[in-house]
Amino acid sequence: MSTETYGAGFFRDWLTAAAAAVDREAGRLTELDSAIGDADHGANLQRGFAAVAATLEKEPPATPGAVLTGAGRQLISTVGGASGPLYGTLLRRTGKALGDAERVSRTGLAEALAAGVAAVSRLGGARPGDKTMLDALGPAAEALGDSFAAAREAAEAGALATVPMLARKGRASYLGERSVGHQDPGATSSALLFAALADVAGAADAVEGTS
Amino acid sequence: MSGPVRTGGDASGRVGIVLVSHSAAVAASVAELARGLAGADTAPILPAGGTPDGGLGTSAELITEAAKAADGGAGVALLVDLGSAVLTVKALLAEGDELPEGARLVDAPFVEGAVAALVTASAGGDLAAVTAAAAEAYAYRKE
Repeated sequence: MSTETYGAGFFRDWLTAAAAAVDREAGRLTELDSAIGDADHGANLQRGFAAVAATLEKEPPATPGAVLTGAGRQLISTVGGASGPLYGTLLRRTGKALGDAERVSRTGLAEALAAGVAAVSRLGGARPGDKTMLDALGPAAEALGDSFAAAREAAEAGALATVPMLARKGRASYLGERSVGHQDPGATSSALLFAALADVAGAADAVEGTS
Repeated sequence: MSGPVRTGGDASGRVGIVLVSHSAAVAASVAELARGLAGADTAPILPAGGTPDGGLGTSAELITEAAKAADGGAGVALLVDLGSAVLTVKALLAEGDELPEGARLVDAPFVEGAVAALVTASAGGDLAAVTAAAAEAYAYRKE
């Protein structure tokens, strides 16, 4: 069992990697969003995460909690679509749950993320199975209790599982049956976040002690 | 109820209203409509529509600016259209310090609620009366 803990640098690396992944996949996110949404998910997240990455580089916060709360706040103010307040709330609540600890264990992060996911559910009023980001976030936060790789796989599987679902929240819900057969853009971007987390954790564990 | 810093609003301390829409034109037009129907000497009503670059969407920056400008110390009622407008205002309220003290999200139909809220606020109604009047607009059936 790993007793590794992760500091502010790790969390900055995570969000920087997430920004790069969003940038790389922006076209795909927008394509998914043009099928059942308003075709702005890629560009909106690209703008938000670019702002997050720039701020992290310029004014790096000292604790994991501060990295996440600052990033969350920035997403709320820069994204311009529903994913801004939703991802912003996820990161802010997760960051608040971490408090001012200087280092955080994987299981500690899993517990904090569960609080963040619950806050997202309260804000948007969505439940599992509604074809939203929660369908990836919920299983991923839970699987993070086992390992970073399990969280990545759970998020990816959760995103794929939205394909046959009927959308019950957001603009896609107006489409009714026509939303079936499309992968949810929000669940897809959530999977990118957890893939970035697993990548950065793999790199950190490979050079143990430098995270 | 008084905010910690008074940044704008009505000289006679009436409740301010902010209209948050995905579209700048919708927010501005509904504000104009409400002003026209509420008569002379209305309480402050500020549009916060679209994104800062003029596109469709929701801007936290425009919302906080409008809320500060509408705040006369008696509270600010925020009416929203849908989706990210609702979620952004909720998230800003959860932040605690982004919006003026006494800012409140009103669960009301956008156009009818704006008119009811402005008439009530202009007549000197407090924040509870303004939000109740706006929410009551849901009860008016059209057939």
